[in-house]
Amino acid sequence: MKISLDWLSQYVDITERPADLADMLTMAGFEVEAVTDPYEHLGDIVIAAIRDITVHPDADRLSCCSVDTGGATLRIICGAPNIKTGMNVPCALPGTLLPTGTRVETGTIRGQVSEGMLCSEAELGLGPDASGIMPINDAIPPGTPLTEALGLSATIFEIGLTPNRPDCLSYTGIAREVAALCGATLKRPVPVIKESPPDIHALTSVTIENPDMCPRYSARLVTGVRVRQSPAWLQKRLLSVGLKPINNIVDITNYVMMETGQPLHAFDFNRLSEKRIVVRTCQTEAEKSFATLDGKQRRIEDSTLMICDGSAPVAVAGVMGGENSEIDDSTTDVLIESAHFDPVSIRKAGKQLGLSTDASYRFERGVDPEGTVSAMNRAAAMMAETAGGTIAKGIIDEYPGRQAIEPIRLSAKHTNRHLGTNLAPEQIAGYLGAIEFAVTHRDNDAMDVHRPSFRVDVSRPEDLMEEVARLSGYNNIPTTFPAVSAKTQPPLRSFALKAEIRELMAGFGFNETIHYSFTAKNGERLEMPEEDSRLNELPIVNPISETQSIMRTSLIPSLLEACQKNIFRQERDLKFFELGKAFYSHGTERLPDETGLLSAVWTGARHPRSWHEKTVACDFFDIKGVLESFFSALRTRPADFEQLERNQCAYTCPGHGANILAGNTEIGVVGEIKPSVLERFDIHQPVFAFEIDLDRLLALVPQATEFAAIPRFPATARDMTLIVDEHVAAGAVVKEIEASNVDIIEDITVFDVYKGKPIADGKKSISIRITYRSHEQTLEDGPVNALHQGITGKLLAVFDAGLPE
Amino acid sequence: MNKTIEQIRAEALEEIETAGDIEKIKDISVRYLGRKGIVTQYLRDIAALPASERPEAGKKANQAKKAIENAAEDAISKLSLSEKDPTGAIDVSLPGRLSPRGSLHPVTRITQRICGIFERMGFDIAEGPEVETDYYNFEALNIPKNHPARDMQDTFYISENIVLRTHTSPIQVRFMEANAPPIRIIAPGKVYRCDSDLTHTPMFHQVEGLLVDESVSFGDLKGLLTLFVQQMFDAQTGLRFRPSFFPFTEPSAEVDIQCVICRGEGCKVCSGTGWLEVLGCGMVHPAVFENVGYDTSRYRGFAFGMGVERIAMLKYGINDLRMFFESDIRFLRQF
Repeated sequence: MKISLDWLSQYVDITERPADLADMLTMAGFEVEAVTDPYEHLGDIVIAAIRDITVHPDADRLSCCSVDTGGATLRIICGAPNIKTGMNVPCALPGTLLPTGTRVETGTIRGQVSEGMLCSEAELGLGPDASGIMPINDAIPPGTPLTEALGLSATIFEIGLTPNRPDCLSYTGIAREVAALCGATLKRPVPVIKESPPDIHALTSVTIENPDMCPRYSARLVTGVRVRQSPAWLQKRLLSVGLKPINNIVDITNYVMMETGQPLHAFDFNRLSEKRIVVRTCQTEAEKSFATLDGKQRRIEDSTLMICDGSAPVAVAGVMGGENSEIDDSTTDVLIESAHFDPVSIRKAGKQLGLSTDASYRFERGVDPEGTVSAMNRAAAMMAETAGGTIAKGIIDEYPGRQAIEPIRLSAKHTNRHLGTNLAPEQIAGYLGAIEFAVTHRDNDAMDVHRPSFRVDVSRPEDLMEEVARLSGYNNIPTTFPAVSAKTQPPLRSFALKAEIRELMAGFGFNETIHYSFTAKNGERLEMPEEDSRLNELPIVNPISETQSIMRTSLIPSLLEACQKNIFRQERDLKFFELGKAFYSHGTERLPDETGLLSAVWTGARHPRSWHEKTVACDFFDIKGVLESFFSALRTRPADFEQLERNQCAYTCPGHGANILAGNTEIGVVGEIKPSVLERFDIHQPVFAFEIDLDRLLALVPQATEFAAIPRFPATARDMTLIVDEHVAAGAVVKEIEASNVDIIEDITVFDVYKGKPIADGKKSISIRITYRSHEQTLEDGPVNALHQGITGKLLAVFDAGLPE
Repeated sequence: MNKTIEQIRAEALEEIETAGDIEKIKDISVRYLGRKGIVTQYLRDIAALPASERPEAGKKANQAKKAIENAAEDAISKLSLSEKDPTGAIDVSLPGRLSPRGSLHPVTRITQRICGIFERMGFDIAEGPEVETDYYNFEALNIPKNHPARDMQDTFYISENIVLRTHTSPIQVRFMEANAPPIRIIAPGKVYRCDSDLTHTPMFHQVEGLLVDESVSFGDLKGLLTLFVQQMFDAQTGLRFRPSFFPFTEPSAEVDIQCVICRGEGCKVCSGTGWLEVLGCGMVHPAVFENVGYDTSRYRGFAFGMGVERIAMLKYGINDLRMFFESDIRFLRQF
């Protein structure tokens, strides 16, 4: 909210320098986000006197003016009808940026040079008048800056007001705080009301049909007004806080709202059918189509409260008036509405209409229900004074929703315990009293506190404690340390495991990435078949864009996008990983399954490019090796890699992907990304990836590590080479050896696989080394050879294999 | 006999020491110890000495012979070992074979650092779901439907009652529902707000802290956060507590730290104020305790929360928030 210090000083004497006051307000919870001058943009505009006017030789409607800017004489082309020789006018010199967005430059207009621009009120953003150049008092010497000539300078505080303080959405509210902080007195304007008969009750009536939504409706009638521009001081004040002057009646309602925080509305009384007000909701379809005074036709919901006349709606209650009862130049009689509306219903109405106005903003946060009459009186008095109206006798004040304010019992002891302070009850009462809370001491600890009606945010002792803390100064509260019990929880295993995994992956040379949890839909770009569980995506109702519209079920797409962006920047050797969640939908009314994933991609070179060796591209076994090292580092039992069935994981190349299994549990997949998928991500080099389920992995990581004794007897190794069908997996052969269950087999390593001459087509050789070791004795050659031959013989039979010639 | 045996011995040892070549040492050895060698000759000459001098002279000569033999052997074995040294020189300026190092994301590093500080103060880690019910994200935290406080956080909706959590505060509620006081938790995680521009990303990270016990005051909150700030930044960093508003705390405060760039002098990063907002905090609102069934007359607590990216930007001097999520390898590699 914008607060002009000049305007504020009407309600409280300010002796502090603006910077000090800004600091005081900030430290009291009213953050001054900026200190600005709203007229700064007019700094380059000067007063010029028109010395001579001639008609433009090639354009009848343009004039060539010779103007004196106090030191120079400029030639300026102007099309305004109201210019006269000798007149003082605002002149924008070349380089000036006008509030309309126009930059003034030296140029030629129909062949004639123009060295600046004479401005209208509208062009300067000082008012609505665009009909001609703004006349300036002739007594002002040319060359004077416009801001100085018109006294246009102001210090504006932009205050970031928190939603709990609607009472400070007004000058009175801020002034009250300033008065409390500076020890000054709040000065409220006292309106002088001169009433004339007849009585308002004889002229109009107010009926509230929905008192739950409209607890109070006050009204006054001012007749015989003359609608015109507001006086300059009033326009200036509204402009200084960013409100556009419209006419004296509307401007006064806005001014009083800024002053008191009570939104007001002025109806053209003579345009109200049956000259009365009914507060109700829409009753017919026709009523639900309503033109608001911003010129828009709007659709009104059944639940939205409307202000109606004797026959039809004339305003959306608390939000915006209607075109049909708007004040215009012909208006003579004004009905001032000063009402109180239920915050929730105003908020709903505003949301539904997509409309937030100064009035609805205040109502939905909570306006002082006791403030309607004084605000209305202030407006009526100002209208009588500046628009020449007569105030009808009496007021209408329908108040069906009056609520008593219960006192809050506050204990000084509890307050001190909550805050860590040591304040006497009198001090506490003093702070509260300064902002108009009424305190009655009950004993030497307890007090009854009555909140003022405008502090709708206060209902509990803690609310009062905050006020005490705020006004005594947070920074004056002693800094202490909590004395707490030594009790702690066992560490969260998943969190520690994630930290370990990150360190491992970084150790393997991968760079950690973090991507948004929302992505584009995956089905098409990952070529997933309909039954893939990863298509069970959770859509966001209000995404920022289509490409961020579902919660991701795989991290692979984000990692592929990361590859693409970097390859595009000539960074082709990439190893990325990410830890994040996958979200599997259970419909939009239940929380989804959130599954932790670890995913990684590797593309480009196997080793960093160097002089040592030719650059070799990474392949499947590089990324598989990472996984094997990874499982070994986590001390899980070694995982099995089982060829993926075609389409089991749609984004991997057929034949180049594997399921990662731990026992019977599938914990993830690893493989080469399909070229057609890469094509969709605009990647043109092979990419290898894996994705594993962290929750399943966690279950496999042993909680404790057990030491195995170092062997005391030597090992002995035997090799074998088998010629097998080329489709036989090496892993199957190893499994078969393991299945023989020989306790002295310590290790089985595949050390060579070969296809080609002299081995027959359709066959390959697999060479395996078996290491034997006993924990009881040194093995002797004879028994080991016999055992090894036995195993070889079994393999020859099982795999229909041969031995090399 | 021109020279004494001592002189001969000294000369021989000197020659062996300075020879520096196996062949030369062998020659020296022959010259002294060979059949016609100097020492051999000396030994022979002893026979010509009077009988009373012979034993003493013979002993000295044999000692000298032994010493020369040993010195020659030692020198030869030393030299023959050093002959195994590689010949020629390598270009030590060429790069070595790298063990390529990866990196941790700056958000990870800062999150770990923040959590580490609080873990040392006895806080336990807690986590919670990223897709939340309206109840845990808002209502249990004293933010009713249709309350303007909802405008403080632009929310992504899955449906009317399911949202992407807008803060890590729902973890507080879930944890309190499942555990009795005393409580000290620190809860890191991703949060989501429907806002995307130069200074906002629709996803970012927060760390939330909660302490509940029987005697806890706002002064204690100040103390704990002062410790945190001074460990996270440095012991000279000033901080101030400023009244603010969060529906789930009362009193509520924002914590500003003295600008880490200009030390409070005023600069572009702190918009000339000398202060940077880094934390929100406050005493837990009694309505929140009521929602989780805690006895509000017995327990008090405080909560605080901070944005991880914000702190990472200050710690590392990163000036563009969006860098965190663009996975530019030139950025990631630096951490």
